Amino acid sequence: MINLFEVVETNEMITKENLDVRTITLGISLLDCIDSDLNRLNEKIYNKIYNAAKDLVNTGEEISREFGIPIVNKRISVTPIALIGGAACKTTEDFASIAKTLDRVAHEVGVNFIGGYSALVSKGMTPADELLIRSIPLALSNTERVCSSVNLGSTKTGINMDAVRLMGEIVKKTAEYTKEQDSLGCAKLVVFCNAPDDNPFMAGAFHGVTEADKIINVGVSGPGVVKTALSKVRGENFEVLCETIKKTAFKVTRVGQLVAQEASARLGVPFGIVDLSLAPTPAIGDSVADILCEIGLEYAGAPGTTAALALLNDQVKKGGVMASSYVGGLSGAFIPVSEDQGMIDAVEAGALTLEKLEAMTCVCSVGLDMIAIPGDTKDTTISGIIADEMAIGMVNQKTTAVRIIPVIGKGVGETVEFGGLLGYAPIMPVNQFSCDAFVNRGGRIPAPIHSFKN
Amino acid sequence: MNKTIITVVGKDTVGIIAKVCTYLAENKINILDISQTIVQGYFNMMMIVDTNHMEKHFGEMADELHVLGEEIGVDIKCQKEEIFDKMHRI
Repeated sequence: MINLFEVVETNEMITKENLDVRTITLGISLLDCIDSDLNRLNEKIYNKIYNAAKDLVNTGEEISREFGIPIVNKRISVTPIALIGGAACKTTEDFASIAKTLDRVAHEVGVNFIGGYSALVSKGMTPADELLIRSIPLALSNTERVCSSVNLGSTKTGINMDAVRLMGEIVKKTAEYTKEQDSLGCAKLVVFCNAPDDNPFMAGAFHGVTEADKIINVGVSGPGVVKTALSKVRGENFEVLCETIKKTAFKVTRVGQLVAQEASARLGVPFGIVDLSLAPTPAIGDSVADILCEIGLEYAGAPGTTAALALLNDQVKKGGVMASSYVGGLSGAFIPVSEDQGMIDAVEAGALTLEKLEAMTCVCSVGLDMIAIPGDTKDTTISGIIADEMAIGMVNQKTTAVRIIPVIGKGVGETVEFGGLLGYAPIMPVNQFSCDAFVNRGGRIPAPIHSFKN
Repeated sequence: MNKTIITVVGKDTVGIIAKVCTYLAENKINILDISQTIVQGYFNMMMIVDTNHMEKHFGEMADELHVLGEEIGVDIKCQKEEIFDKMHRI
């Protein structure tokens, strides 16, 4: 039987170390909503999502209450809208009307984000894909809760550089369309290489076409728990360090598995995956950067950071895999800047640069995330940053992403406040040398060779 | 059996267990196990209870125990057993 010590340990994780389940995300296929009439399409989308998700928030809160574990977000992901809207949408405004519908139903069922305003263009763009991408600035400026993502490349297909060039423009345009809110639109827009179909985390969640009609995916969190566990083994060798992370990740992930199974049973929706993630928030003590410091770095970004992050990421997966029956999504440590107080401190201290962040993305989950850059950064420079990150994902057979925010009207030295879970960020300098000729070539970068690996 | 773990943490005072147990008895909640320690004047108790015959909803019980805790000056939490079981047992 459970003993007092174990109960106290779990409850201290929850109350003192910010252990929570970051999100229950309900994936919903919209393939059966496709219609050539735009009004009918919007109506079908609203009805399908409403009926599938009307009990999601209540169920999440009920589970949270019964187990005494906070479930921070309840969210929805849908089939990439470029596929759903292709038959009905002839203009960018048509596509943006679907975003409006998604936003309306998100408000109605009470979820804080809905993801899937997306296009998958890793090899080429259909006219519908291109139209959806061009509608992103309008869609994100006219909605509050809609998140957008575009998959620009994969290990199997290479990188669609036409789409990379276009996304440089779109990121900038989205920033301009939402400049009254410090370019907040860009915080809801992410580009991927090797995007997973079952990611529960925003802004990149969408419900892939390989998925069932409905599915429950859960993302866990718990950087504070790992940090506290590591503070008890200061000075010990790497074996002890790695074992401690692994055991802690196991415990954290078990909670995610429990919540996922409960949500699945209560909603009558199959359980998809648990995302083995260390997802920080701006709250003190809920930081991945703090774990890196606990491992032995003065600040995140100091020499040794990439190695420390690599071991952290790997041990989190090793511990988490055994704790869950199915794992998937992005799985790994997230390193967003604005959402992690330790990262913000590192940038402000001059320890962490964009280039070091890029190196860190080679060994951890996702990529350049929630990074504020000067609003006058050129479109092609943004495309260049995206291309670099896509190349890392393509060659290393991993998911990489870029979510950067060119803050219109602000420059290096200033800060930007997004609020809530999105946090605040100092604006980081960007390499000023041009990549215009590279980005403007057009076409695709071929897929890398899958043998002769060195 | 629906097992729930009730934890009571706070400054030690007369009658904490009595008050909690009275509430449980009134609501047909059976106590299976109690462990308790006092560390530096702080009362720390865990009860494993069976809520099968309880007529109230889980949430209602949790709220009422929380209020009772506030009256005594301690923090009372109710959680289903599975969260501890999942985390600490393979």
